[in-house]
Amino acid sequence: MTKKPWISLGGIGVFAVLLLAVAPLVLTDHWLNNLGKYCCWAIAAVGIGLAWGRGGMLVMGQGVFFALGAYSMAMHLTLETAGDRIPGFMVLYDPLAPLPVFWEPFRSAGFTLLAIVLLPVIVAGALGYALFKRRVKGAYFAILSQALAVALAVLISSTIRETGGDTGLSDFKYFFGFVLNDPANRQMVYLIAAGLLIVCLLAVWQFYRSRFGELLIATRDAEERVRFLGYDPANVKLVAFVVSALMASIGGALFVPIVGIITPAEIGAAASILMIAGVALGGRASLFGPALGAIAVGWGQSSLGSTWPDGWTYILGLLFIVVILFLPNGLSSLPARFTGRARRTPVEQPTPAIAAAELEEVRS
Amino acid sequence: MDALIPQLLNGSAQGALLLLAALGLSLTFGQMGVINMAHGEFLMIGAFSAYLVQQVIVASDLSIPVALPVAFVVAGLFGLLLEVTIIRWMYRRPLDTLLVTVGVGLILQQAALQIFPSQGVPVEKPRWLDGQLTILGYDWPLRQLFTILLAAVCVAALSAWLKYTSFGRRIRATVHNRDLAETTGISTRTIDRLTFFVGSGLAGVAGVAASLIGGTNSQMGAQYIIPAFLVVAAGGIGQLKGTILAAWAVGVALAFFAYWTTGSLAQVLAFILVIVFLQLRPQGLFTVRTRSLA
Repeated sequence: MTKKPWISLGGIGVFAVLLLAVAPLVLTDHWLNNLGKYCCWAIAAVGIGLAWGRGGMLVMGQGVFFALGAYSMAMHLTLETAGDRIPGFMVLYDPLAPLPVFWEPFRSAGFTLLAIVLLPVIVAGALGYALFKRRVKGAYFAILSQALAVALAVLISSTIRETGGDTGLSDFKYFFGFVLNDPANRQMVYLIAAGLLIVCLLAVWQFYRSRFGELLIATRDAEERVRFLGYDPANVKLVAFVVSALMASIGGALFVPIVGIITPAEIGAAASILMIAGVALGGRASLFGPALGAIAVGWGQSSLGSTWPDGWTYILGLLFIVVILFLPNGLSSLPARFTGRARRTPVEQPTPAIAAAELEEVRS
Repeated sequence: MDALIPQLLNGSAQGALLLLAALGLSLTFGQMGVINMAHGEFLMIGAFSAYLVQQVIVASDLSIPVALPVAFVVAGLFGLLLEVTIIRWMYRRPLDTLLVTVGVGLILQQAALQIFPSQGVPVEKPRWLDGQLTILGYDWPLRQLFTILLAAVCVAALSAWLKYTSFGRRIRATVHNRDLAETTGISTRTIDRLTFFVGSGLAGVAGVAASLIGGTNSQMGAQYIIPAFLVVAAGGIGQLKGTILAAWAVGVALAFFAYWTTGSLAQVLAFILVIVFLQLRPQGLFTVRTRSLA
């Protein structure tokens, strides 16, 4: 991957042409909007690929950061739609109470954009610093991150007046001054999402070929060795985790104008698992795998998930079992398998952490 | 003070339920390093077994005592099936096991949703659980006392089994040092299967207890798996006493937070509490001390 970086760059170019030029020409407005939605998930998936595929951190709670971006954006759009009045759902719930304090700054477009970038950085930075410095990793990290997603979803569901509760925030009319009903404007929002997906791919492409990318893989495969070489693995993981959180937040922020609604169901445990599913399917450590996998799972979710919901759940469950059991590096490792260039999968770690803990023990 | 003691009991009962759910998880995680995300679904299987037993034995006074061992065996067999078909291929990849079992959990949930009515099924509470006992001037609901008693019996049975039987000794040997245990002729593969059976079976028992307290439906397992894992993480792996103490602490904390604020905020606060605690003791309350770097 690092040997022929220009091939990957060419791939991103082809992808960009397909998404930005071909798709708007051939797809109907409805499908373009759907593709925009998949792009939002794909942006989050690219981040998961970075943190999980390359960094070995199984981030099962990216819904949290998706929510930070999505709710920042949704609060701004709700206020923009409501104008000077209190948003409708709050009036329904309690006609007299004022706007909650934390909504006030989201009137400003600049603050909203800043929040979409800074909130995930701050939260992921603090959480990652606290956990990685204390060497919390593996399954502990995975479950804690998922617990965070569950906690946030529960919190949002229960604060009906402040966040809209289970019904979420919806009915946005304007997007930074543009009327959202206008097909031309919807196309613009799609182009922003697709464009940002390309930007994220370029960012991880640069990450992967940089020394940081090498260090990240080294940390995934042998954290102790990295530590003995004089690096602090916690910092390496922290950077990857924060970047992946930022990408999830950006995906969430664009999800709101494209889909038109954000609810706790889009950010909770099940939604976070769905984001992982695409990454696992496409190939966690590859450049394009996470994005393409997320688009495929997104398509399955919105087509099969609505026409045949029972079957879709079985398919999703089987996808996890079959892909991870037989194809740990996802579909992107298939070509290499067929051409006989299959190497030992780097995902298989030599020894589980628990086994290491049993090597030598001293009873206190 | 008058309000605090019922909360303490309420929290202890919640903690007992959490302990039942966490025991099996702690066993399998401690021994094999495997996180079974379908553990919550085994709990659900236990609850549905209780319902099915009640279809055969109508008298609920009798059916619940029968349901407990039945749920243990049924959930245990599901666990064994999972181990034999999937997990044994994955011991080298603990983190991936987590995701595979997420898939298993999804399938089990969906299957339960289609087999049983989607709004859930009623599990009749036995009459001897109605009412309350008055001790020291406070009313203690029998249902909560029963949960605590059940957890106590399970813990006592499990620790006695681990301590005094030959299987238990082999399990402890495998937990402490797998390679050395193998060298002494212990078939760790058989031990792994046995542990998985017992761990999953305990989830089934927890399911019966849960069905007496809350609703029995396809989603019920999902709400237990994360608190149960937080208990395992906070308690430290490889030792029962950490799990017991952590389960009780988390249960009581949940009850008090819920009393002071709201039920949903309590979950958030309990989560923050566990994170802060892991800052102080990353390995949990009690741990088998090692010289390893992990």
